[in-house]
Amino acid sequence: MTLTDWFNKRKIQQIAARDNDVYIDDSIGKLWTLCYNCNSQLPKKDLDSNLNVCPNCDYHFRIGAYDRIKLIADEDTFEEMFSNIKPTDPLDFFDTQSYTMRQVSAHEKSGLDEAVIVGTCEIDGQKTAIAVMDFEYMGGSMGSVVGERITRILEYAHDTKLPSVVFTSSGGARMQESALSLMQMAKTSCAVAKLNEAGLLYITVLCEPTFGGVTASFGTIGDIIIAEKGARIGFAGRRVIEQTIRQKLPADFQTAEYLLKCGQIDFIVERKDMKEKLSKLINLHTKK
Amino acid sequence: MSNDKRVQVLEFEKPIYTMKEKIEELKKTSQDTNIDYKDEIKKLEEQTKIYQKELYEKLEPYQKLQIARHPQRPNFMDFAQLICEDFIELHGDRHGADDKAIVGGVGKIDGTPVMLIGTMKGKTTKENLECNFGMPQPQGYRKALRLFNHANRFNMPIITLVDTMGAYPGMLAEETGQGEAIAMNLREMAKMEVPIIATITGEGCSGGALGLAVANKVMILEHAYYTVISPEGCASILWKDASMAKVATDALKITGEDLLKYGIVDEIVKEPLGGAHYDIEKMAQNLKEALVKSLKEFSKMSKKQLKEQRYSKFRGMGVFIQ
Repeated sequence: MTLTDWFNKRKIQQIAARDNDVYIDDSIGKLWTLCYNCNSQLPKKDLDSNLNVCPNCDYHFRIGAYDRIKLIADEDTFEEMFSNIKPTDPLDFFDTQSYTMRQVSAHEKSGLDEAVIVGTCEIDGQKTAIAVMDFEYMGGSMGSVVGERITRILEYAHDTKLPSVVFTSSGGARMQESALSLMQMAKTSCAVAKLNEAGLLYITVLCEPTFGGVTASFGTIGDIIIAEKGARIGFAGRRVIEQTIRQKLPADFQTAEYLLKCGQIDFIVERKDMKEKLSKLINLHTKK
Repeated sequence: MSNDKRVQVLEFEKPIYTMKEKIEELKKTSQDTNIDYKDEIKKLEEQTKIYQKELYEKLEPYQKLQIARHPQRPNFMDFAQLICEDFIELHGDRHGADDKAIVGGVGKIDGTPVMLIGTMKGKTTKENLECNFGMPQPQGYRKALRLFNHANRFNMPIITLVDTMGAYPGMLAEETGQGEAIAMNLREMAKMEVPIIATITGEGCSGGALGLAVANKVMILEHAYYTVISPEGCASILWKDASMAKVATDALKITGEDLLKYGIVDEIVKEPLGGAHYDIEKMAQNLKEALVKSLKEFSKMSKKQLKEQRYSKFRGMGVFIQ
């Protein structure tokens, strides 16, 4: 096998993995990452040092919740809260494996115990309540724990009069909790209603990807809705829409840039500018 | 059962109809041959009745699902006409559209003026094309929101009837903010200072259903279902096989009894034997009684109490360890 063959084979595998959302355990591959956008092979360390943004085409890779917090919060100011709330299996759900097993493997894959991390931090010295979703834990899906942690941090923001920022990254509601997941949409949205009535700032940052129940609840009712560059955002999945309307959708459909044109979001931010933009917004809305 | 002949029979109901046919045959033979089969006929009729009762009492979730989706199931307009006096439909979202998949209007229930809003399914292909098979566009949710605000201003209780496969997954829907339209309804329903009573009358699928159901009280008809995703959708994602829908139906726990157990619905409204489509008038009567009772429950609450009750109801939903 020539080196070109090896790269080609790997590229095909990675494209397949991206489409099917499968994880390939390939220890050599761990040193290299394929950019989904420009298809260039990137050394992992270059990517890491560039905030997980492709140096060639500016494609923003998904990042974990704690990595994101590091980029936003002033050093050592993040205090995690409500991490004692942990998932269970209320419906004894079993598809091809049990929900409990899925939780265990999600934990192994992501190192997290749920798909959202919440707490308070300072952004340029301004105390803020934040919630950050992580797609690595079961596709960032929202079950009872995600709903509860978000509701609690928003209630905390309400009671202590803090501005709040939520970063979304989610495939939608978690099927394994059925209607209980659905109700998290209502629960979180009711908490946002409370913030509205108290006149407290609530910003949402939609990150790659944000879909389904998260788009249709706390994600899109921010006082200000920001999208991270290139993020795919929508209610229904692309495939479902294509099957329903029986036609191919434009390539940039459901991207942040497309939604900006449709008037669905306030603006798009690059990862490197995120903290500065949030800081300014919070300052503008809270300093009187 | 009334109107037996016009009802479309579901696969699992067929034994009942075979038995009934046999009885008819026997009656005919008895007439033609002048032999008295009275006792046999009586016995058979009793057996059929018992079988029928047992069948409908022990319906599996997947059978209930079929009843909930029955093409002749009463729709929003049936209920509006049978439950409300002086129902006047109000159209449009005031931003350029009138989505026919969500219908609303004012009327009186037992003398109380109410705002009645719901998703609309058709019974014929023509009707279904008009109302997009009961799958709303964002404009439908925005029409509903306009009507919620109207009701709030005029201090009218809001009654919603939900029967939808979900919000429409289309290109225009995405471009005009399907997610945002639903989310906005969830948030704004939380702020309403009038009682909201939601009833899942058939299918209650996903956010598209919830977008009309952040209520002080959520009721469900006996064979209706309420879920985060359709069993077919769930099967094709989790099992990667849409034919596992029956298994997914069981796993998702979508029936009224299950939902009652998890506190997602507050009350189950009885359906006529075999399902709402066998006797639409009786169904409407049962629903009306339940609504009148619920309206009375909330009529004494102050605006603040109504909001708090609604908030704490949804606040308590979810199961986790801490």
